[in-house]
Amino acid sequence: MTKITYITHDNKNHTIDVQNGLTVMEGAVQNDIPGIDADCGGGMACATCHVYVNEGWFDKLPFKEDGEEDMLDMAFEPKKNSRLSCQIIVSDDLDGLIVNIPSKQG
Amino acid sequence: MNKTDALIIGAGPTGLFTAHQLKLIGLNCEIVDNLDKIGGQCIELYPDKPIYDIPAVPECTGEELTNNLINQIKPFNIKFHLSERVDEVKKEGGNWIVKTNNGTIFQTPNVIIAGGVGSFEPRKFPVKECEKFENKSVFYSIRDKNIFKGKTVTIFGGGDSALDWAVELSKNSNVNLVHRRDDFRGAQATVDKVHELAKEGKINLYTKYQMTLIEGEKQLESIDIKSDDKDVKTLKTDYALGFFGLIMQLGPIANWGLNIDKKTIEVDTEKFETNQKGIYAVGDICTYPGKLKLILSGFHEGALAARACFKLARPNEKYRFEFTTSSKTIKDRLGVKSD
Repeated sequence: MTKITYITHDNKNHTIDVQNGLTVMEGAVQNDIPGIDADCGGGMACATCHVYVNEGWFDKLPFKEDGEEDMLDMAFEPKKNSRLSCQIIVSDDLDGLIVNIPSKQG
Repeated sequence: MNKTDALIIGAGPTGLFTAHQLKLIGLNCEIVDNLDKIGGQCIELYPDKPIYDIPAVPECTGEELTNNLINQIKPFNIKFHLSERVDEVKKEGGNWIVKTNNGTIFQTPNVIIAGGVGSFEPRKFPVKECEKFENKSVFYSIRDKNIFKGKTVTIFGGGDSALDWAVELSKNSNVNLVHRRDDFRGAQATVDKVHELAKEGKINLYTKYQMTLIEGEKQLESIDIKSDDKDVKTLKTDYALGFFGLIMQLGPIANWGLNIDKKTIEVDTEKFETNQKGIYAVGDICTYPGKLKLILSGFHEGALAARACFKLARPNEKYRFEFTTSSKTIKDRLGVKSD
C-alpha cells in the first residue's frame, strides 16, 4: 500500500492507501474522490483523469509515454506539471505523492 | 413525425447490436447519434486500439468491430440520424415523443438509451467569458469558412483540425495559431506546411502559449495569451477557434426524470428498463448490481431490452423465441436462403 494525497479543487485533502500496481486514476475512482472522470477507463484516450503533480514529485515520476502529451493538449487548463493519472502506476517509490485535481475535466 | 417501434440513442457497438436484435424479432428501429459517424467511442476514441475480449473474436480494433457490426445489420436498412442530439423526451399517451436538436421528431413506445458516457461535444476554452461570444465570434467547428475572409482569426490547438484550418484560412485571412507546446500532433506533412507558412509570415505562430483572457463589448476584440514563462501577449482578433477534440457529456439525458447515479442510469436486469416505463438503458450508461462496463455486457443488455420492447410495440402479439439457425422467419428478415 502506498499513500497518495489527492487535493480536490475545493482544497480538501484526501489521503488514501492505494494498492501498488493500480494507477493513480484507479485509486481516485475506487475511493470516490470527486473530479476524476476517467471516461475512457484508463485507455489514454480521453484526458478526463487530468491532474497536476505536486512540485518535487513531477520529476520523480516515470516519464510520459508517447501519446500522453498529445492527450494533454485536450485537457482542461493543462500546465507544465500536468499528467494523466491513468498513466501513473502506484509503487513504493510514490509513497507520499500529492496530486491536485483541476476544477473541471472539460 | 417518424413513427417507429423503438428509438435507439447512440450508435456505438451496443446501440448497433441492439438494433440487430430488434430487427431480428421483427421490430422497426431508428438510431440517433450526436457524432457525425457510426461507432461511438470505438471510432472516436480508439479506432486503432486492439480489443481482446469480444467473444469469438480473439483480436480486433475499434474500427474493425464497428465495421463488422455495420455489416451485421446491413440486411435491415436501418435509418441513422447522425450529428443529431436528442434533447427532449416526453410522454404522450402510450408513446414517447422524442425531439432532437435538429427538430426531428419521433413517436415511439420504446426509447433505448445506448449512450455510453454521454454524447460527444466539443471541448471548450477554459476561459469562461468565451461563452458570451460562442457561435458569434468563438467557434469550435466551422460551418461556413467564408465569414473569415479578410478577418483576423486566432486558432487554438495542435491536432489536425487546428492545423488544417490554419493552413486553409491563411489563404484569405490573417491567421494566428496558438498551441500550448512546440510539438504538434497533426499529420507531419501539415505540421511542415504550418512551419513553412509561419516562415513566410502567412501564419503567426505562438507556441507554449494559452488563452487567459478574452475581451470585447458586443464583438470580440482581443485575446490575451500567456506563455509558460508568464509572458503575456494581447492579440487583436475578430474570431477565435478552439480545436481541443471532443468530450463526453451526459447532457439533456439528465433532465428526463430517470434515476441517475454517477452519470449512469439505474435499470433492472430483466428488461434493462429505467424507472420510466418504455425507456431502457444499455451498455456503459446503465448501472445495476454487478454491472461490468464491457462491450459484451452491452450486447446482452441490448438483446434483453429488445425483447422487452416487443411487448409495448406489439401488445396484441405474443413474442416467440426463435433461433437464427432454424427459424425461416428470421432467415427471411436477414434475406438469407432457408435450407
